[in-house]
Amino acid sequence: MSILINKNSRVITQGITGKTGQFHTRMSREYANGRNCYVAGVNPKKAGENFEGIPIFGSVKDAKAQTGATVSVIYVPPPFAAAAIDEAVDAGLELVICITEGIPVRDMIMTRHRMAGKKTILVGPNCPGVITPDELKIGIMPGHIHKKGPVGVVSRSGTLTYEAVGQLRELGLGQSTCVGIGGDPVNGLKHIDVLRMFNDDPQTEAVVMVGEIGGSDEETAARWVKSHMRKPVVGFIAGVTAPPGKRMGHAGAIISGGKGTAQEKLAVMEECGIRTTRNPAEMGKTLKSVLK
Amino acid sequence: MKIHEYQGKEIFRKYGVPTPRGYPAFSVDEAVEAARKLGGSVWVVKAQIHAGGRGKGGGVKVARSLDEVKNFSSKILGMQLKTHQTGPEGQKVRRLLVEEGADIKKELYVGMVVDRGTQRVVLMASSEGGMDIEEVAARTPEKIHKAAIDPVQGLSDADADEISVSIGIPQAARAQGRTLFKALYKCFIDTDASLAEINPLIYTGDNRVIALDAKLNFDDNALFRHPEIVEMRDLDEENPAEVEASKHDLNYIQLDGDIGCLVNGAGLAMATMDIIKVYGGSPANFLDVGGGATTDKVTEAFKIMLRTPGLKAILVNIFGGIMRCDVIAEALVAASKAVSLKVPLVVRLEGTNVEQGKKILADSKLPIISAVNMADAAKKVVEAARK
Repeated sequence: MSILINKNSRVITQGITGKTGQFHTRMSREYANGRNCYVAGVNPKKAGENFEGIPIFGSVKDAKAQTGATVSVIYVPPPFAAAAIDEAVDAGLELVICITEGIPVRDMIMTRHRMAGKKTILVGPNCPGVITPDELKIGIMPGHIHKKGPVGVVSRSGTLTYEAVGQLRELGLGQSTCVGIGGDPVNGLKHIDVLRMFNDDPQTEAVVMVGEIGGSDEETAARWVKSHMRKPVVGFIAGVTAPPGKRMGHAGAIISGGKGTAQEKLAVMEECGIRTTRNPAEMGKTLKSVLK
Repeated sequence: MKIHEYQGKEIFRKYGVPTPRGYPAFSVDEAVEAARKLGGSVWVVKAQIHAGGRGKGGGVKVARSLDEVKNFSSKILGMQLKTHQTGPEGQKVRRLLVEEGADIKKELYVGMVVDRGTQRVVLMASSEGGMDIEEVAARTPEKIHKAAIDPVQGLSDADADEISVSIGIPQAARAQGRTLFKALYKCFIDTDASLAEINPLIYTGDNRVIALDAKLNFDDNALFRHPEIVEMRDLDEENPAEVEASKHDLNYIQLDGDIGCLVNGAGLAMATMDIIKVYGGSPANFLDVGGGATTDKVTEAFKIMLRTPGLKAILVNIFGGIMRCDVIAEALVAASKAVSLKVPLVVRLEGTNVEQGKKILADSKLPIISAVNMADAAKKVVEAARK
């Protein structure tokens, strides 16, 4: 098992004709079952054409109707990306993974409001995507560093997730699914949602939770872990040394009004029974220490 | 992006948020002229910098004659204004706002931010205006009142009135309060603001509510649709190294340590700063070169870091996913030669084509210290910085 995606997922690329969409669709298709899983692309102006054999449709609705796709991944540029999410939600897809970085917050507020009560799950935006090792990669992460196994990974960051995965691999620990939830302040799945899924996933035995400064999602997730999680969780929070009031690269990584510091998050996580490390080189080692 | 108070008030006026009359001034003469144009007998001379706490630092003065306007203006213009938000070095005052005096009966607080939990814009208000709102929130949280705003319906009359009542806006000014809150919300949405703050919002002797201050920050991701706001950017208020970096599409933040960092990805960049601290060093900056670190970008990044006073070493930490290690290695070699690097350079490469990358570094014969992982890199750079 795994969470969110597996070899049976059928994927649409929104923004398949752009440079980024093309590059990553090609890379993802080469990984594991990608050749079977990537079934459609969308571009209203290029319906009827194809990208390296993947048929292009005029809308997500058409693509879904013709191919039975359940998931979409979005590489559409920021000014149009929220509308692309809306389109995928309206078409009734199960899962939308939005890679695009730089979407205005106001657009995401409207999009999230429209999603209320709908069944579609959103991952991102501003995220590396989701990978279930040896089955399917949807996103921009390097596939070859991953390996199938018992560890779930959830993170707000891209390269820091690769770092965690690299450390796990060094220790011989594979992953069930790795989920990049993204660095934006208004997004889809949060740490708590992904932890819930890992809790119910038979393959996952332990979880690495990587957070960063800004907001209070890690604290919310930690409190949930304390009362509900049946599997060990370890954590790292980036930004202990970040100054207040400065946006550290990610739109959501900012300490504002003294809130959202790494110290505060780490303290709450520890209180809730999550084993944390302040050394980002020891995420893998920390996880290994809690495995039975 | 941040703007000055006088610019914020100009935007407020367009949306019908009442403010005192006033003019910006860039010189003492302009300040006196502004006071003359305003008329009356009481003026407020306010330092314009992108930081709060200006009054306590001596940047806001009430003048009761044109001579006093002249006197205060010449003292404030050019001063190094120190507040709790500027840091110990303070910020040089280059602009003033001269306003008509106001008859303050009560000072209130009103703010708007995006709440991550509810994923909505939240109106926050308090009867405790004119103070540091973070302190009010910490000491007396019951004095902060909030209303989450439905993005389709907008701010309802009922919510606006409830906030007015809760912060003590009297009956006589309640309709005005409602209009002001709604105007502020429209302004927030239309301009893609990330923060709007009126501290204080005042209630006057003749039953009016007026925004005595204006703080507006904007969502950087939305600036592409607001050229009129981009024009208000004041580069004098920003860190010169950060301004220079932004020209080269580098995500750079100056810190006060002596070890420069060049990293791909924001999360890993923060973690790299953190691990330097874990091993006893102190990071000089945050730098995310993003997914496309070309020779030009790395060269510019090195140049900017080398301007840091007292820089002792540089750590490059790359986890190449999309970015191939051989490409970054070539960029590092070319950049090191271009800037004739004088401080020790520690490089940790991991990911796609890592062996080719390491070979390029070794073959370059440059005195690059190679590290096998993140911990090794941090240890080596801290050691190199101590020598």
